[in-house]
Amino acid sequence: MSGPSNFKPKSAILQWTERRLPILGLMHSSFVAYPTPRNLNYWWTFGGILSFCLGVQIITGIVLAMHYTPTVAGAFESVEHIMRDVNYGWLIRYVHANGASMFFIAVYIHIFRGLYYGSYKEPREILWILGVIIFLLMMATAFMGYVLPWGQMSFWGATVITNLFSALPGVGPKIVELLWGGYSVDQPTLQRFFSLHYLLPFMIAGVVVLHIWALHEVGQNNPAGIDVKSDKDTVPFTPYATAKDNFAMICFMIFFAWFVFYIPNYLGHADNYIPANPLQTPTHIVPEWYFLPFYAILRAIPSKLGGVMAMFGSIALLAFLPWLDRAKTRSARYRPLFKQFFWVFVIVCIGLGWLGSKPAEGAYVIASRILTAYYFIHFLVILPLLSYYEKPAPVPASIADSVLGNQPLAPARVKGSR
Amino acid sequence: MTLEAFNRGAAIGRILPIFAGFAPRIGATADVQASPFRGVLLEARPLRRDDGKDRNLATTKTMNGEQPTRRDFLYIATGAVGAVGAAAVAWPLVHQMNPDASVQALASTEVDLSPIAEGQIVTVKWRGKPVFISHRTKAEIQAAEATPLRDLPDPQPDSARVQKGKEQWLIVVGVCTHLGCVPLGHQGDYKGWFCPCHGSHYDTSGRIRKGPAPANLVVPSYTFTSDTMVRIG
Repeated sequence: MSGPSNFKPKSAILQWTERRLPILGLMHSSFVAYPTPRNLNYWWTFGGILSFCLGVQIITGIVLAMHYTPTVAGAFESVEHIMRDVNYGWLIRYVHANGASMFFIAVYIHIFRGLYYGSYKEPREILWILGVIIFLLMMATAFMGYVLPWGQMSFWGATVITNLFSALPGVGPKIVELLWGGYSVDQPTLQRFFSLHYLLPFMIAGVVVLHIWALHEVGQNNPAGIDVKSDKDTVPFTPYATAKDNFAMICFMIFFAWFVFYIPNYLGHADNYIPANPLQTPTHIVPEWYFLPFYAILRAIPSKLGGVMAMFGSIALLAFLPWLDRAKTRSARYRPLFKQFFWVFVIVCIGLGWLGSKPAEGAYVIASRILTAYYFIHFLVILPLLSYYEKPAPVPASIADSVLGNQPLAPARVKGSR
Repeated sequence: MTLEAFNRGAAIGRILPIFAGFAPRIGATADVQASPFRGVLLEARPLRRDDGKDRNLATTKTMNGEQPTRRDFLYIATGAVGAVGAAAVAWPLVHQMNPDASVQALASTEVDLSPIAEGQIVTVKWRGKPVFISHRTKAEIQAAEATPLRDLPDPQPDSARVQKGKEQWLIVVGVCTHLGCVPLGHQGDYKGWFCPCHGSHYDTSGRIRKGPAPANLVVPSYTFTSDTMVRIG
């Protein structure tokens, strides 16, 4: 994926293979010799962590599908069967259910890292948009997966989310019937969600390959947000990035395991242990935590179509970010005003998430409206204006300078580079 | 491309003028500009077509790339047939998702009204959805009929939502028109229904009064088969 590799295997058999399918050379140039900026910090380890999460979800998911029954009559019981009867079924299901949350924790950190260090800016626009597509696929996959246990939250979550499409003028109700395969969420809905829930992770894997391909084409961004200029600015992927990624991944696994073994239902809803009942809505419907900010935006707008459009718009907006923020300086480290607005934006997103978990009434609605407005103002007004009015701080001449600049005895520093 | 083929193509542009407008964009320009004949004057000469008939076609003297070629026509025709074929194959794959015959067959439900007391709301299942059958009290009917239409977001008189002479029976689909939750009976500011999901209030006629829902609760089609029996659907 990056430049010609002069990798040559030692054994004769591998040399024979390599001449016919240079896959080892590809791996070597992509994940061993690949030059990474020497100043990458731990926020850059989440790409690897996300690949790990996808792998965990696919492996545990394939196993769960061996025991699960996608029927209205059997789904809920088959999940309980997995939990009680299947050997280690409880472990595999808890890893899968919490794995979805871990996946979203990692992806939100990954996205905010990109926002902070300007990783969406030229020449990484396609890389960024592929990331937005992966995020959308993840949301679709997580939503359909949550329907499969066929508990009360599964059923009513599916009802509310599919009904979003009924807001479309004219064709809306027809589209919803098409999604359901009936006149309400029922057997055909469950069965097709199961099929698609199995398919989408492999589509995610496909887009991840494109994402990594684009990444290796343009090179990684870095905390200084400046381009690699010479060999002094980089270190080989292995051992440097590999070791750092592995350390971060192990820390992440400890965090993951803490949820799986000690608080496996903390992020779920008790209502989902009640079998689905199409005649009774739970008193308080809430989506999974990772959808809460978007749910708050949906409920903040007092019109059905408007709410749906605002919710989808809040995600679609991300794809246009490279053209909304035109500032040349990438990293927030050298953008004093942007840095402050970034942290305000982070707080607004967390606030929206909190409001999404509250009932839609009184002061909560007013607060949701204010924060929703700010969310859009951040992208549509603040970022474009900052691009023109902000005076960035001086940027170091090279990555090596930014790393070594503060060390008085740095031998590698070129004279007069500052 | 041979000179002969080129001339034949030019001829098609005249025989079928419809292709003359858009074909050059699809490759003719590049093709002709790259060809050795660019800008060459052609002499009018009889041309032998595959059908064996002779016809004098070359009235155009210049080849400036404006004329579509026979190959362009073939590209477009092939592409068009391919697109129609792809759409024909895609439709069954999309339409299989729509409600199937067995789902449509369960489209009606019969209900005995005699056990429903005045002031009571019962819920029955129709097409997988709840349907509310409300045996309204005099006060509820009066409240519904007395509401001025200008107070309603989705104006509809109560008389249009019940059958004449059967005003005590209100039959509505129990699905909130906002995002599909099941509203709770005898609750909310108007003592009709209240949807706990996003706070929509309906009155005793099932009409939306307050909240995010855009429309009144849907009245399904139903007929009274006797004084105490009703068939929904």
